[in-house]
Amino acid sequence: MLGLSRNDFLLLLFVLVLVAAAPIFLNPFPEGSEFAQFNAGYPDLMQRFVIFGIFAIGFNILFGLTGYLSFGHAAFLGAGSYAGVWMLKLLTINVIPAIVVSTIVAGIFSVIIGYISLRRSGIYFSILTLAFAQMSFALAASVLTPITGGETGLQTALHDPRILDGASDGAGNIPAPSLFGLEMKQSWQVNVGDWLWTFNVGYYLSAFVLLIAFYIAIRIFRSPFGMMLKAVKSNNQRLSYTGISPRPYTLAAFVISGMYAGLAGGLMVAMDPLAGAERMQWTASGEVVLMTILGGVGTLVGPVLGAGLIKYFENIFSKINDNLLHQWFAFMPDGIEDFMVTIIHPFVGKGWHLTLGLMFMLVVVFLPGGLVGGLSGLYRRVFQRRSKAQ
Amino acid sequence: MSALEVRGVNKRFGGLQALNDVNLTVDEGRIHAIIGPNGAGKSTLLNCFVGRLTPDSGTVMFHGKSLLGIQPHQINQAGVSRVFQTPEIFSDLTVLENVMIPALAHRDGIFEFNAFKPLRRETEIRQRAIDVLEDLGMEDKTDMIAASMSRGDKRRLEMAMGLVQEPKLLLLDEPTAGMSRADTNNTIDVLRHIGDSRGLTMIIIEHDMHVVFSLADRISVLAQGTVIVEDAPEHIKGNVKVQEAYLGGAH
Repeated sequence: MLGLSRNDFLLLLFVLVLVAAAPIFLNPFPEGSEFAQFNAGYPDLMQRFVIFGIFAIGFNILFGLTGYLSFGHAAFLGAGSYAGVWMLKLLTINVIPAIVVSTIVAGIFSVIIGYISLRRSGIYFSILTLAFAQMSFALAASVLTPITGGETGLQTALHDPRILDGASDGAGNIPAPSLFGLEMKQSWQVNVGDWLWTFNVGYYLSAFVLLIAFYIAIRIFRSPFGMMLKAVKSNNQRLSYTGISPRPYTLAAFVISGMYAGLAGGLMVAMDPLAGAERMQWTASGEVVLMTILGGVGTLVGPVLGAGLIKYFENIFSKINDNLLHQWFAFMPDGIEDFMVTIIHPFVGKGWHLTLGLMFMLVVVFLPGGLVGGLSGLYRRVFQRRSKAQ
Repeated sequence: MSALEVRGVNKRFGGLQALNDVNLTVDEGRIHAIIGPNGAGKSTLLNCFVGRLTPDSGTVMFHGKSLLGIQPHQINQAGVSRVFQTPEIFSDLTVLENVMIPALAHRDGIFEFNAFKPLRRETEIRQRAIDVLEDLGMEDKTDMIAASMSRGDKRRLEMAMGLVQEPKLLLLDEPTAGMSRADTNNTIDVLRHIGDSRGLTMIIIEHDMHVVFSLADRISVLAQGTVIVEDAPEHIKGNVKVQEAYLGGAH
């Protein structure tokens, strides 16, 4: 179906159900309960899940298939974001041009950066991409201030031209990004018993884009082109003695993944029309590498899971503070309670990166295939044991 | 008519004269063997044909076109395929994929952006790959990951990757090294059959004299970077110069 094999189609359906039902199952705890703060089903976070999912899917097309590890993909995310905000300022508050143009602009950027960086491979390629991304970051934060808004960032304003749909909404407010009048921040809340579910327009638009992005990624993985990319990773030298020039293949993969990053950047500003230079910083590039490795390099669904996991921990662990810890351990004797809080304190709140680091170490050491590799290994073990028993 | 013309090829590695004024003519549709003791420069010579090395001087002409100064993938697209001595395969991919890649390269050229056509719809390419694997007796291994095969099987896979491209000139660097006797004989039969039926030109480097004398139409003997004898197989065995080169009688 849709040109996919049965298994791939089921995988697409699985992701469809996952993103469609996310507002429900990400809120497993009743509103007002002690655990309600672990609920992730609020629009802002769910939007970030899918947008970073798109970013990581694209990154995986380059890193997972060809093995070229780019440390500069945040540059494309940032370039896409700026292009998107400019579309919202100059053209129309409708998000479609912003999303399309940000993808194209990031594509043009990645042709230039990819053409130069791909002259080298291995660590030199990584360093080149990192250098380009840091240059872009530095330019955006200083010299290019008229275009990027410098350190304050670029955002929509009341008196932007918006040549297609006029200056503002008339009420003196800055208009919010919308899809043909349907505002991205608009949400419907549904109460079911003690549970509260929020269905947000922006989230469902992003989720729809994620599904398309995921579908295209499956097609690429299963195509002759995708096989050539895997061959680049496996034995680059041999490929050229087989009559194939590896360079255009890697460049095409680089540009596709750059466009995915631009698409993610465009969606970010469609949700919240603000772009800052820090979006291009190397930490943002590193984050997508972590997501991909955590979920499973070269697997289809791994990057989406990795993105979700990291964004979840970033939000939830960073919310836990000492007061909360004292509440949790209140049932213990005073001395032990303080002791427990002292131990856990560095891992939560501002220290959540420590937890992330530990988690990353555990996955890399014990699950070399990432979460997806680990899960499929577990599945195979259970399944084989069962078939042996029979 | 000659398929490959090698004239005055020299290659020096520091103080070592690896190839010294090598001249070689390979006729179309023939199987030409290059033999010689270890270190005679056989593999170096082959590397000069596929763009891995560039000779210091001399010319290598393939059907009137120079093979020097162009990229390896362009040489391959011109119709020269090479079977490597140490298996150079795509170890993470399946055996079938390993053979489909050169088949696609033969059909589509150096680059083709076919990112949306499912691989399993490439039935023609797939069938061709399976046919070649059948010829080499590997039809039951198509779904194996290439890295998990024995060395002999990797050699046969290498050969399948070369043959599936239907090249004009096939360069074989010790194709049967590491193979069992039965597989060696099977490989000889396959090469003989392909040589006869398709009129494929082959250059074969080999230590196993059984293979050389069963296949070659013509033999060049290389010693210390120079062709010392070039003749028909029946005249090689008794040649004094050849015996000297192998047994070190020159001293």
